[in-house]
Amino acid sequence: MAFLQIADLSATYGRSPVLSGVSLAVEKGEVLSLIGPSGSGKSTLLRVLIGLLPPQAGSVTLAGQRVDYAVPAALRALRGRCAIVFQQYNLFQNMTVLNNVMVAPLKIKRRPRPEVEEEARALLGKVGLSAKLHAHPSELSGGQQQRVAIARALAVKPELLLLDEVTSALDPELVQEVLDIIRLLAQEHMTMIAVSHEMGFVREIATKVALMSEGTVVEIGTPAEIFDAPRSERARAFISKIIRAH
Amino acid sequence: MAGIWQELPRFLTWYNGIFLLNALLNTLLLSIIGCLAGGTIGLSLAIIRCARGRAMAVPRAFAWAFTEFFRRLPPLVVLMLAFFGASVARVDLTLFQVALIGLCLIATASLAEIVRGGIVSVHPNQWDSAAALNFGYLRCVLTVILPQAWRVIIPPAISFMLLFIKDTAFASQLGTLELTYAGKVLTTKGFSAALSYGTVLLLYFALSYALAGLGRRLETSIGIPADR
Amino acid sequence: MGYTLQYGQVYHYIPYLLGGAWISLQIAFLCFCGGIAIGMLNAVALAFGNRLAAGVARAYVTFFTNTPGLVQIYFIYYALPDLHIVLDSVHAVVLGITLNAGGYLALILRSGFLSVPVNEIDAGVTLGMTRLMLLRYVIVPHMIGVLYPAIGNKFILMVLGTAVAGVFGVEDLMGRTINANAESFRSIELLSITAAIYVAMTICATIALSGVGMALLRRRVRFAG
Repeated sequence: MAFLQIADLSATYGRSPVLSGVSLAVEKGEVLSLIGPSGSGKSTLLRVLIGLLPPQAGSVTLAGQRVDYAVPAALRALRGRCAIVFQQYNLFQNMTVLNNVMVAPLKIKRRPRPEVEEEARALLGKVGLSAKLHAHPSELSGGQQQRVAIARALAVKPELLLLDEVTSALDPELVQEVLDIIRLLAQEHMTMIAVSHEMGFVREIATKVALMSEGTVVEIGTPAEIFDAPRSERARAFISKIIRAH
Repeated sequence: MAGIWQELPRFLTWYNGIFLLNALLNTLLLSIIGCLAGGTIGLSLAIIRCARGRAMAVPRAFAWAFTEFFRRLPPLVVLMLAFFGASVARVDLTLFQVALIGLCLIATASLAEIVRGGIVSVHPNQWDSAAALNFGYLRCVLTVILPQAWRVIIPPAISFMLLFIKDTAFASQLGTLELTYAGKVLTTKGFSAALSYGTVLLLYFALSYALAGLGRRLETSIGIPADR
Repeated sequence: MGYTLQYGQVYHYIPYLLGGAWISLQIAFLCFCGGIAIGMLNAVALAFGNRLAAGVARAYVTFFTNTPGLVQIYFIYYALPDLHIVLDSVHAVVLGITLNAGGYLALILRSGFLSVPVNEIDAGVTLGMTRLMLLRYVIVPHMIGVLYPAIGNKFILMVLGTAVAGVFGVEDLMGRTINANAESFRSIELLSITAAIYVAMTICATIALSGVGMALLRRRVRFAG
């Protein structure tokens, strides 16, 4: 069985169904990229995976263990191994950069401060923000905030990292600094699921691409298969549209 | 409390009714004229205060000083300044007119600051694009900036106007016949304070509550969510 | 006939007026603290209370924010003695301003309770925070950030609002101005000094509140006051 196995997952927002019967498998070290038109359920899938939106049906199995989203303890365990980076960064505005990164290992995992602080400084060094440790989020650019958000997610030492359109709220000139870090993570074989609109980037780092439409996975394959030889009509239409747009 | 029931027949006379209605009307007039004049002059002051360029330096400084001064005074101080100012200047004004001038000064300063807040809230690139289209300052403010600023201006402006109705009560201290003064007059006529001021409180409440409802309807009708 | 300003005749009132300003500040602070307590009770009832508690709080807030503070104090000072509750003028004024502020502060505090940092809560949840941790590290700091400027502004307004005490013969800045005026008849000179003191008081309050805000929230807080 794959490291992450999603089977027949469905979810609704209010009354309208937003995911219907999604099935996917992600192996350790893989980078799965979710693409598709807006409203196709890519971000919703990530929200369901991390337990922000309860699934209606189907199952998620992480490292051989089925996740029961109704049980708080299971959710806590899931969030200990899995982290998410949001489109709008969602940093804690009242905390410094360093405290944003330290709060989870320190307060939730209750690890000793010196060790946590050393790791947090190292992580912020890795994302190139050693000079901003004591700044507040509002004093940073969007790209810098997003890099802090990545460091905060990495601080819980996740085995699976979810990236929800992490560059789409950024000014174009700030996109690259964030992508560089994700590229670095891919080289370190971090398992990731990334929703992205940066098609060139998807092609470069993804080991697998899933095209979603209307709440379900339409087609799945390697980047070459999806971009160069899409099988379904819907995939062909979407790919030709984005190739024309770029 | 039983006393109130006993005086009620003596209190509910035609004459007292007309007297209170007249006072209520004066309170309403002070509020409406104050808000209208204050809104107009305040708007002008805010537009002057946001103008750039050296030619506008003096009017801008005046608008700034006027707004900052009158905004930071208790209503009673402004009213007394108007009262003694008028008597020193030997202008022949009725007490109602004096109170009205004082109240206009108060409303002008507060509304000028609220409008300025709205103008400042509009994204700076709007000025740039209007300037690029060769708009003059006034045209830019009137056709580009203010239409976008209304959503920011209207909620605090309505809140201010509702507060302002209650500020008109201070006009009673100059002897202007309005609701609060009517309450004082009724007590000197021998009615109990509970009955006189209780009635006055009820009338203020009816006025303010009705206008607050109107304000909320106005806000929702222009698409601002009412959360008060 | 012109009127000549004669400040020479009123200079000696300045220490007396400044003493009044100190009393005004004390009244404002006292009433502000009481108002926060009443406002907090009402706001909790409005936001989280059952139907009865919310109804009582709504009635309180609606009454006190829709009638003038001046007339509320008239009622307390002149009508309550009929019910054998006799208060001297200072107590009547302090009680009146406090009850009135409680109504307005309830509305401010409630808006704070209802503003929820949805994105930050999402982030906290995904990091594994419990409800208590969310409250302590995310929700309460956010609420303080939202409420501080509004409450600070209310305090500045309350400093000006204490002038109502002068009407009832309390020796605050307004009351002492009225006393000095009755003695000297130099109204414009006295009022201009009083006005300058009120302006100075609100400017000092603005600066102090911004300074505290800087230290507390680590960002610039703008006060309308």
